[in-house]
Amino acid sequence: MRAARTVALVVASLIAMVSLAGSLLPRFEYSRQDREHFSAGPSPDHWLGTDAVGRDRLARLLHGTRVSLSLAPAAAALSLLLAFVAGAAPGFAGGVSERVAKTIIDLVLSIPWLFLLLIVRAMLPLNTSPAASATITFLMLGLLGWGVPARILLARARRLRQSEFVLLARASGLPRWRLLLVHVMPNLLPVLVAQFWIAVPVFILAEANLSLLGLGVAEPLPSLGSLLRELETVLSIRGDVCSFGALIVLVVMVSSLQIAFVKHEVS
Amino acid sequence: MSLLKSIAYRLVILAATIVAGGLLSATLARYAPGFGADERQLDARLSSESIQAIRSASREERSMATYYARSLLRLARGDLGNSRSLQRPVRELLAERGAVTLRLVGAGLAIAWGFALLLVLASWTFHSEAVEKACAVGAGLLLCLPAGAMALLLILLNGPGYVALALVVFPKVHRYLSDLVGATARMSHIVTAKAKGISEVRILCWHVVPVIRREVLALAGVSVGLAISAAIPVEALCGIPGVGQLAWQSALARDIPVLIVVSLLVIAFTVMANSGADLLADERRQLS
Repeated sequence: MRAARTVALVVASLIAMVSLAGSLLPRFEYSRQDREHFSAGPSPDHWLGTDAVGRDRLARLLHGTRVSLSLAPAAAALSLLLAFVAGAAPGFAGGVSERVAKTIIDLVLSIPWLFLLLIVRAMLPLNTSPAASATITFLMLGLLGWGVPARILLARARRLRQSEFVLLARASGLPRWRLLLVHVMPNLLPVLVAQFWIAVPVFILAEANLSLLGLGVAEPLPSLGSLLRELETVLSIRGDVCSFGALIVLVVMVSSLQIAFVKHEVS
Repeated sequence: MSLLKSIAYRLVILAATIVAGGLLSATLARYAPGFGADERQLDARLSSESIQAIRSASREERSMATYYARSLLRLARGDLGNSRSLQRPVRELLAERGAVTLRLVGAGLAIAWGFALLLVLASWTFHSEAVEKACAVGAGLLLCLPAGAMALLLILLNGPGYVALALVVFPKVHRYLSDLVGATARMSHIVTAKAKGISEVRILCWHVVPVIRREVLALAGVSVGLAISAAIPVEALCGIPGVGQLAWQSALARDIPVLIVVSLLVIAFTVMANSGADLLADERRQLS
């Protein structure tokens, strides 16, 4: 398992570095159209061919991967911040606030959030710029995806509140804020880090679902999800194996992240 | 008494969800771009009195309190409003499409749960490491595919939509079930039962299932929510005329009234499914 994790980590890092480095090269301009080659196969000019409007597939794949890999962690960080406020703080405080937080978290967890994403996304003005649409899409994911980490943080904070060292610290008259920052936070940090790495692939997949429905990152800006829309063209018109490039990168990236960082267990 | 308390608590939660959801939905609808704009105001054939009446009606709707009250009253009367894009009552649309989605979700859940239980049973009975690894890799791979991509691949293979939905739910159910059974198998009373030579099937039915049934019932409730969420991309991309497709079309057409009613009903249905599963688990725990 350790070897698999190392390999997965190397693969994920390689994809991240190649997408970052490649997308910075002027050769790989994601919106440039080659009007001589529409839906073309691989060639020396276009290594993965071109899409239906003559844009270089490799350039779009590099940019799309970079967009997803930079915005998904930002969304994960936002959702963890909310989870900390909604889960860890009430869990540490206990009493009524803990019960209220638990009820709210249970409620949030039982809601099918793709419906909420659809509502919020549908309300954006039609003239939203592509960069803003990408930011808003991931911002929404961050704002709505805090339920699971909040529940885990709440349970962990409650266990810490009931632990002997916290009782001793309280009995010694340590101020509550100092107890939280100096003694509880370092114990919550591993859970926060683990939840962060669980959330990143989840948000990449959620964005892919939204983009496949035409409600994610707006054209011409690519993301791993919006690039999957090319699969619809493969089904209806024509396409080659290179059309599956985004799907392959998505699966490899998400599975690498899951193998490298996610340790699934029954809680 | 505590079962009654549990039922009452869940009913309160359900009612609070619906009221809070209704208020939230009304707020979202009120502040959505284009709210209150009525193209009839530009119709030259209408008299100035008619246009004035339309304007005053939309002015009344602009007041937040009036809008809340009217939305809740309409909902209480069973009036779900009209679709702007499809020009039909939302109630009619839901009646037509609800059955399609229920069939799709039911079939997908049945296949996912049947397959997951079968695989867990097989790996419990045969103790084959190869089978367990193959299941783990297969489920892990499926977990890395978005529901929409699954639906597109199913179209490519000429498969039915409910299989795509089953493939979305299956890996999550299987992974949790196998972890749960694995953790229970390490418990001391199970190890003792095995050492005494009791058959695997008997241990599973008499000693493992009673321990894990509460978690399994909770998972059943959660899987309903998963299936309903997955129904949107599956119905939209496979062209299945269900509630998920209606939600998607409404989102694209910015038909906020439909989108809000559909979401509210789906949320209420999911909360009910989860509460039902929890109640069943509570009842069984008290009976045992």
